Amino acid sequence: MPYTAKIKVTLRQSILDVQGKAVEHALKNLGYGTVESARIGKYIEVTINEEDSLQAERIANEISQKLLSNPVMENYSFELEHVK
Amino acid sequence: MADVLVGVVVFPGSNCDHDTEYAVASFEGVRPVMLWHNEHDLKGAKAIVLPGGFSYGDYLRAGSIARFSPIMQEVIEFARKGFPVLGICNGFQVLLESGLLEGALSRNRDKKFLCCQTNIKPVNCSTIFTGQYKKDDVLSIPIAHGEGNYFAPSEVIESLEEHNQIVFKYTNAAGEVTDEANPNGSLQNIAGIINRQGNVLGLMPHPERASEKLLGSLLTDDRYSSPFTIISPESKGR
Repeated sequence: MPYTAKIKVTLRQSILDVQGKAVEHALKNLGYGTVESARIGKYIEVTINEEDSLQAERIANEISQKLLSNPVMENYSFELEHVK
Repeated sequence: MADVLVGVVVFPGSNCDHDTEYAVASFEGVRPVMLWHNEHDLKGAKAIVLPGGFSYGDYLRAGSIARFSPIMQEVIEFARKGFPVLGICNGFQVLLESGLLEGALSRNRDKKFLCCQTNIKPVNCSTIFTGQYKKDDVLSIPIAHGEGNYFAPSEVIESLEEHNQIVFKYTNAAGEVTDEANPNGSLQNIAGIINRQGNVLGLMPHPERASEKLLGSLLTDDRYSSPFTIISPESKGR
């Protein structure tokens, strides 16, 4: 049975997230005074046809490093879900 | 002597490829040859330009998908052998994603897509790309990008400085490196960098859009020059 890797890619804290800043300002303008910050990232679902969860995890790590994120300015994390 | 071929790579979404072809063709002794992204054949090119545009729609990150195209596997090997490779705008983004240059380009500081004239100055005039410039030159040159905010960890910036790899910086009209003259928030006003070996240059501004006197030549005085004068080692420029 395949696995779905639910991958999140976010800008590192040290990188200015201009999209997040624009959303943060919009939320404050809407009157949400307690909103402190907003940051925008990417959510990517990849279905991997592997039986073995360790193998699926290895592939999810590899593709996240190789293509889905740029380690100079982004971090990634993922969850693996067994597709039934 | 036969013309030296300069390859201009065409990705789906490139939009400065023909401007680049035109600019390359304007130099004596050099002839452009277009290279399609899906090919492995560099067609005898002795230098390569990665043009501006939105390769693969800029999906995921600018340059990230182009970097894995068939032609780029050849370009990366070509660059590692020491042949000249010039990346303009999106081409610069592709070079960074390829690991041929260090750092990354993130969203412009002010969120806007910038399409305007800027001033830059050559900080390193001893590269094969910038040998015709003098240190005090101020070049008026257009930019057109949404993601040109150069970033690299501090140790990378220090190493770029130490090895004289920062080639162009944004300046005001007087040639001063100021924050007001920085259009996109790039660290240290960096507009272009070169690799350690000195054969791979990437820059955000568009020299091909400043290669005609009619459009405003690169130099404020009457000399005609551009980074294109040097993309072929055999070409002497004008």
